[in-house]
Amino acid sequence: MSDYLHTLAFGIYPYIAVAVFLLGSLVRFEREQYSWKSGSSQLLRRRQLRIGSYLFHIGILFLLVGHTVGLLTPKAVYEVFLTAPQKQMLAIVAGGIAGTMCFVGLTMLLHRRLFDARIRATSSFADIGILGLLWVQLVLGLATIPFSLGHRDGAVMVQLSHWAQDIVTFQAGAAAHLVGVEWVFKAHIFLGITLFVVFPFSRLVHIWSAPIGYAFRPYQLVRRRGARTA
Amino acid sequence: MSHFLDRLAFFKRNVEGFSAGHGAVTNEPRGWEDAYRQRWAHDKVVRSTHGVNCTGSCSWKIYVKGGVVTWETQQTDYPRTRPGLPNHEPRGCARGASYSWYLYSANRMKYPMMRKRLLRLWRAARTEHADPVEAWASIQADETKRRAYQKVRGLGGFVRVSWEEAEELIAAANVHTARVHGPDRIIGFSPIPAMSMVSYAAGSRYLSLIGGVCMSFYDWYCDLPPSSPQTWGEQTDVPESADWYNAGFLMMWGSNVPQTRTPDAHFMTEARYRGTKTVVVTPDYSEASKFADLWLHPKQGTDAALAMAMGHVILSEWHAKGRGEYFLDYCRRYTDMPMLVLLEEKDGRLVPGRQLRAADLEDGLGESNNPDWKTVAIDEATGRLYVPTGSIGFRWGEQGKWNLEGRDSRTLEVTTPRLTLLGGEAAADVAFPYFGGRAPEFFNPTAHEEIVTRRVPARRVTLKDGSTRLVATVYDLFLANYGVERGFGDCPASYDEDAPYTPAWAEKVCGVRRGQIVATAREFAANAEKTNGKSMVILGAAVNHWYHGDMIYRGIINLLVMCGCIGQSGGGWSHYVGQEKLRPQTGWVPLAFATDWGRPPRQQNSTSFFYAHTGQYRYERLQVEELLSPTAPQALSGSLIDFNVRAERMGWLPSAPQLQANPLRIAEAAAASGEAPAAYVASRLAEGTLRMSCEDPEHPANWPRNLFIWRSNLLGSSGKGHEYFLRHLLGTTHGVQGKDLGEEGAVKPQEVTWREAPEGKLDLLVTLDFRMSTTCVYSDIVLPTATWYEKHDLNTSDMHPFIHPLSAAVDPAWEARTDWAIFKGIARRFSELCPGHLGVEQDVVLSPLMHDTAQELAQGVVRDWKRGECVPLPGKTMPAITVVERDYPRTYARFTALGPLMDRLGNGGKGIGWKTQHEVDFLASLNGAVEVPGVEGKRPRIESDIDAAEVILALAPETNGHVAVKAWEALSRNTGRDHTHLARGKEHEAIRFRDVQAQPRKIISSPTWSGLESEEVCYNAGYTNVHELIPWRTLSGRQQLYQDHPWMQAFGEQLCVYKPPVDLKAHLEMLGRVPNGEKELVLNFITPHQKWGIHSTYSDNLIMLTLNRGGPVVWISEVDARRAGIEDNDWVEAFNLNGALTARAVVSQRVPEGMILMYHAQEKIVNTPGSEVMRTRGGIHNSVTRAVLKPTHMIGGYAQLSYGFNYHGTIGTNRDEFVVVRKMAKVDWMDQPAGQGDAAVPAVAAE
Repeated sequence: MSDYLHTLAFGIYPYIAVAVFLLGSLVRFEREQYSWKSGSSQLLRRRQLRIGSYLFHIGILFLLVGHTVGLLTPKAVYEVFLTAPQKQMLAIVAGGIAGTMCFVGLTMLLHRRLFDARIRATSSFADIGILGLLWVQLVLGLATIPFSLGHRDGAVMVQLSHWAQDIVTFQAGAAAHLVGVEWVFKAHIFLGITLFVVFPFSRLVHIWSAPIGYAFRPYQLVRRRGARTA
Repeated sequence: MSHFLDRLAFFKRNVEGFSAGHGAVTNEPRGWEDAYRQRWAHDKVVRSTHGVNCTGSCSWKIYVKGGVVTWETQQTDYPRTRPGLPNHEPRGCARGASYSWYLYSANRMKYPMMRKRLLRLWRAARTEHADPVEAWASIQADETKRRAYQKVRGLGGFVRVSWEEAEELIAAANVHTARVHGPDRIIGFSPIPAMSMVSYAAGSRYLSLIGGVCMSFYDWYCDLPPSSPQTWGEQTDVPESADWYNAGFLMMWGSNVPQTRTPDAHFMTEARYRGTKTVVVTPDYSEASKFADLWLHPKQGTDAALAMAMGHVILSEWHAKGRGEYFLDYCRRYTDMPMLVLLEEKDGRLVPGRQLRAADLEDGLGESNNPDWKTVAIDEATGRLYVPTGSIGFRWGEQGKWNLEGRDSRTLEVTTPRLTLLGGEAAADVAFPYFGGRAPEFFNPTAHEEIVTRRVPARRVTLKDGSTRLVATVYDLFLANYGVERGFGDCPASYDEDAPYTPAWAEKVCGVRRGQIVATAREFAANAEKTNGKSMVILGAAVNHWYHGDMIYRGIINLLVMCGCIGQSGGGWSHYVGQEKLRPQTGWVPLAFATDWGRPPRQQNSTSFFYAHTGQYRYERLQVEELLSPTAPQALSGSLIDFNVRAERMGWLPSAPQLQANPLRIAEAAAASGEAPAAYVASRLAEGTLRMSCEDPEHPANWPRNLFIWRSNLLGSSGKGHEYFLRHLLGTTHGVQGKDLGEEGAVKPQEVTWREAPEGKLDLLVTLDFRMSTTCVYSDIVLPTATWYEKHDLNTSDMHPFIHPLSAAVDPAWEARTDWAIFKGIARRFSELCPGHLGVEQDVVLSPLMHDTAQELAQGVVRDWKRGECVPLPGKTMPAITVVERDYPRTYARFTALGPLMDRLGNGGKGIGWKTQHEVDFLASLNGAVEVPGVEGKRPRIESDIDAAEVILALAPETNGHVAVKAWEALSRNTGRDHTHLARGKEHEAIRFRDVQAQPRKIISSPTWSGLESEEVCYNAGYTNVHELIPWRTLSGRQQLYQDHPWMQAFGEQLCVYKPPVDLKAHLEMLGRVPNGEKELVLNFITPHQKWGIHSTYSDNLIMLTLNRGGPVVWISEVDARRAGIEDNDWVEAFNLNGALTARAVVSQRVPEGMILMYHAQEKIVNTPGSEVMRTRGGIHNSVTRAVLKPTHMIGGYAQLSYGFNYHGTIGTNRDEFVVVRKMAKVDWMDQPAGQGDAAVPAVAAE
């Protein structure tokens, strides 16, 4: 039974989550255009927002990139530059810094959302829930540091990246990589997958529409007279 | 098709670049733009306006989307004005633009609500009594039950009830009250019919049909300027705002035009582009001040001094020097200045007395009809005395000579009257009173004698009784009163001499520099002389709300009259405060007061009513001795309420309730004793077996019992003496700090029986509103009414000549109903409950001696029958008495049909009448006709609010050209001149309800009003008097600058004088009485109109609250704030013996030292903490005020000084009040629950 649950959580659940994440996002984009937004509360109260938001966003973007690169880069590629223990130390140090930034920022945002009467009153369940989930996930992530420091050979890290690489390359038995990994890693991974599930139902969808292109577009956009428009 | 797929356009989005990649031609989809299109898309646009007391009557587009009103914008399709004149639009202001917020706000009244304790009692009583009337009687019979719900008024506790249950309780209470106490114990208060005339008429029609009392508003709001009826015999007839543009010299005197006349202000600024000079007179740096070429800032309440000094300059430089032929000619033709006044001896001095009448002279100078009421002048050519046509004696009892053609009544020759007797045979030393020597603290008294003697040119005449008496012209007395040197050497020699009323004197009193006074006066007059009267004064509440505001007004009116500005386009007296001209008035009256079924209706002046019934007279500290003139010919004494009781007794003012007996029982008692009801009442009153209610207002038999309030926020806005209302009328928690005269052991009133003060006179208080106002909070039942976007109605204003609709853009939301539907529903239930209690009844109605009827000639002398000075003769020496038949079970049938009196008696108003059968027949075919039991034939139906609007429009000359011609014909018979040419061109015009919905329509000129609506001229008051030679409806038929009534003489107001504010003595005793450790200031309490509300409306509106500080504020000067350690935004409390209010302080340079300025009617329901003084929640602005009556406003039965509803009467002044102000030590929001657990309301047994 335990094996069954383990496989369900780490072998099958990721695919369900990604399906919900992609399909959910698509459906919401098609059906609920007016809900596709970051839902900023800046108009209601500026206090704690600017510094909290900056710390949180810089930190979490760094963590996102770090996780993606760290987990999905094949060993053969990074072995050219780094050994596994070196890579693990790099992840602990860089991730620890970014994680702390993110933690401070997120805590400020969560505090503001819960204890500013105006913002609390205008918050939906999802607004508070997603911040709470992220906060727990972040705490779990930071909590892995002492565990990692307990085994500096990088073996667990390699295990985790094998799991991730097997998942994205549709290998059977990916869950087997996580057998024996400490609970904190499993909890962190499980919650991470869950974040994909709740993604389409929360304000996280604004990640899809981050206006990156705006920074690179030409200054002036014009249309041709009488041009066909959609 | 798909948002996602449409976005997959990376390669075809930006098709080509230009300018080295800095630009791109794009094909990006534009679907997102629909979001903005949908935001502003709507299903329909409906024209409506805001039925609020602001005189705006602005045309608005109401947008509806998905059955919901979404927003409103200004409509811009007014009919064009003439070339050269700016157009009217756009009209509207930020307040109106926020109105749609109310429809779906949390504050919206959605269901009928009832006080829970009352509901519990009612349901219990209903299980015991099958008959609702008996059920109500059982509650009222038990004092404990009655007090149980009265005591919690204002403390919350409303629950929802059904319409059926609410209607049944109200109808049962009305039936019970009429049956047991009398229908005149059922009172209705609703203001300003012009703002939604059908809604007003709904309640007043119901009340009038059952014999209830409709209350006035204009006098109570203190917006009524008594000087207007005194001078012109007309109330607030003023130029439309477009006429400001025609002015050459424009003064804004105590009127904050951009803030309070926002949609009209553009005409003022446009006039400045035309070169018009603008002078603003206001103590604070108001919004209007920034538009001024010159800003004069007299000390508040002393404006009369400024006006008198300006008059002194103009009279000295023009009139006394014979300069300005236009002025002199105007004064001869259009004023009472050439009329003669008897000089009477008093304490060895001569004082100006009565105006000489034809009856005083041998043979009445040939006049046999009303010679007592015809004034006399001297023929310039021959020097003989003659009777000029046009005085009020010619108005009644004869026809053809009531005009201003200036003929000698005997010879019918056009005769020039002599303006001055200067250089004639005699001169006399005449005594004039001076009141400026005794001013209360904080105002500047001057060291002058209280009697000023001036030499006046005079002439000896021999009277009928053979005596020889001195007479003088009003003109000569007028100049002498102003201290204008005529060559006798007894007047101030220069403007710099400190004597009344020189500029130097005024500088001392009001603080305006003498040079500015002289310059302004000269420019005012010079412009008027060059333009034939195009100098205009816009004046308002700031100068009218003082106890002696009538003196300030007369001072200004005198300026306009002496310069020939009244009745001239671009000139005149422009008082725009709260009247909102009810343009189709004569068409509306039959609908509103049910004069189609019975006449007369019961109408009451509210100030006197509330003064008595809220017990404010019990705390009166202003003594008549402080007011009387040193030249008074007779010693008048008593408390102010005594004067009011005498006025009611003599038929000067109305009474409500009227007699200490049920008026439904009097006719049968009279029949039993074989007397006519009128004679029966008169004789019983004389012998004292029957009393008038006013003589014993605290006796339970004389209490008002049921009160309806609709279209009004009486308790949150206009109720002067708020805490007295709460204590005595409502019987609930209050904050009155003072003791009454009984408790103080002071002198009590003579005419009123003194009793222990009752608490809780009202059995039932019902309010109709669309929002939970302060009044609703204190009511027993609140009925949810339609908003201004949910009903059909009519709206007019004095600011523009258009008649405008209110339209139902959507149906009333939730369970709300229109006022028309609500009162119709109550009338139906009332009728159903009558059998067994009320049938066809004979109701004995008392009515005062009315203006514009022959009764205005009733009392040339003051005689009180109660003191045995004369016999009580109804309609002559006491109120008129009429028996009106009420068919109570058919109240509903009568409510919904136009009655037969229109066919039999016709229609009319302001002293003229016409037949109106044609219009009745028209309405029968337009609205349909219905059978009314007990009436022959079918009657025009008035089922819906649109039916009611059509009745108004069809019957009124202003909206029906045929009626206009008939009305002018009727007036032509009186004047002997043909006026019908004024309406002939529009004879076939008939404005209907759908017409005004399509576009606001200009009204048709009618004799109801003194201005014309034409393509040649803007509406300007007095225009037809001057240009059509129609007399003013005054004693002399001319502009009456001399008031000769004995009470006017007693109070020294024959001519305009400067009177300082009065001392109401309500603040000193509170200094240091309830200390909180903060420093206390004494400041004059000034309550101007709002910036973020129209009275209380909008002041609870989230949008408006966001634009200001979001709750009650008071403004104080930096100097005063520093003295008391108050910083901007501190919480402060203002209090005196009347009560207390809490607010935050705005510390501003705008405010001069010595005053605290509180925009009036900021609701008590938003951000109002507890008061440290009252130990209950802080009050409204009126918590620190108390109404005070002025005896000269009670005069009646005397030409223009006769009663008319909202025309004349006592006014609720409030600006003479002082308060103690200090910072609050502790701000207590009183958020804790009341702690009294009510038992659950029992379920309805039967249902």
